[in-house]
Amino acid sequence: MNPLVPLERLGRAVLLALAAIGRITRFALGAASHILRPPFYPREFGHALMNVGWLSLPVVGLTAIFTGGALALQIYAGGARFNAEAVVPQIVAIGMVRELGPVLVGLMIAARVTSSIAAEIATMKVTEQIDALVTLSTHPMKYLVAPRVFAALIVVPLLVGIGDIIGIAGGYGVGVQNLGFNAAAYLKNTVDFLEPLDVISSLVKGAVFGVIAALMGCYYGMNSGRGAQGVGRATKGSVEAAAVMILAANFVLTGVFFSV
Amino acid sequence: MIAMRGVHKAFGANRVLQGVDLEVGKGTSMVIIGGSGTGKSVALKCILGLIRPDAGRILVDGKDAGSGDRDAFLARFGMLFQGGALFDSLPVWQNVSFRLLRGSLKRPLEEARAVAVDKLRRVGLKAEVADLFPAELSGGMQKRVGLARAIAAEPEIIFFDEPTSGLDPIMSGVINDLIREIVVEMGATAMTITHDMRSVRAIADNVALLHGGIIKWTGPVAEMDDSGDPYLDQFIHGRADGPIEAVR
Repeated sequence: MNPLVPLERLGRAVLLALAAIGRITRFALGAASHILRPPFYPREFGHALMNVGWLSLPVVGLTAIFTGGALALQIYAGGARFNAEAVVPQIVAIGMVRELGPVLVGLMIAARVTSSIAAEIATMKVTEQIDALVTLSTHPMKYLVAPRVFAALIVVPLLVGIGDIIGIAGGYGVGVQNLGFNAAAYLKNTVDFLEPLDVISSLVKGAVFGVIAALMGCYYGMNSGRGAQGVGRATKGSVEAAAVMILAANFVLTGVFFSV
Repeated sequence: MIAMRGVHKAFGANRVLQGVDLEVGKGTSMVIIGGSGTGKSVALKCILGLIRPDAGRILVDGKDAGSGDRDAFLARFGMLFQGGALFDSLPVWQNVSFRLLRGSLKRPLEEARAVAVDKLRRVGLKAEVADLFPAELSGGMQKRVGLARAIAAEPEIIFFDEPTSGLDPIMSGVINDLIREIVVEMGATAMTITHDMRSVRAIADNVALLHGGIIKWTGPVAEMDDSGDPYLDQFIHGRADGPIEAVR
């Protein structure tokens, strides 16, 4: 085998990755410019707010409450190994607000919203509805992409905030009911331990993850292939990309906010 | 009014259009026929700017189709898509009045709804249909709604992409008659692509056969049967033998 072949393959993979990053960046910049410039579509924006925000509340709430409860149990069990059971409220709070709240809400949004956006837009593309929009003098980026991305930017931080509170409440419920913590002391420890930066980082992460989730749904939908297979691939690809990008962005943002 | 001059378009190695030359006169009805995958839809989409040609020029009223105010350009067109391309999330009347509910042609809600109901009536649908969603309609009704949407803003030029595909012969006849009536009534320029020879005879003033990426024959519909062109003869008689290769 030619010794240059692996190098050639590596080079091709790097070029493909760079091209994909370029296309996504261009798409994101296009979406941002359409968010800022009229015409605006308030009705579409309202629908997107409902879909991304309100309708995601049940899944976000359930995910957060179970995670908060499980976290309390784990910290209690782990802390017991070195007599540190008392830190449950503090670690649940910091764990939920800094990491688990934003990441789990982001991943839930990727699963629920990214997939639905990608499937909807891809189906519109396959059935020529996007061509129809253009012939009706309506820019698809403005009508389909901008409202969804803007709605996610606004509403996902709210969802993260709600998820954080519900997660802490889950931990509180387990701590007080199962682990014998004093209710008032648990709440006081939680509130005292959290700092404004913890909450700010959580909300900023929510905004970034929301934009990633909506953008990936729109990008893969708008660039889907033909037929049912094209829609399926777009949906799968959008969720994979959104999930990986959310986790990568989480790592970067955690470094930005909390690096020592 | 519409002129395509040496239009080329390839998708990778697949050279779909290889120098299409076609003229469509103002107020006339041109039907483009040709086998599946010969680029008929691509030609229409190139005129509308949905697909950018690789080479050649497209002129509308002597002006380059790709230059000037895009909204004003598109406001002159209406299009009936093959599958209807109705927006699932909107009720029928908002589909029909889509252009009148936003952008430069925006009108008050009540007026836009009244126009929609009027256009629905024009294509033979009752006012009750206005509040249904596209998924609640049959294929024929969806075509009619698509037709109503295409004519809602009174365009000067209307494109019909396979207007009778997927319909039974009776409904096909109804749609063909509707298209002919509406085009004549509005004095619009029409371009239709179809395989359906009944549609050709019902709708066309002129016919063009697209094959091998170029226009093989074009002329008045009355001359189609005596053209002497072997490609056109084979196509209109649906023969497997002839210069057009039939994949079996």
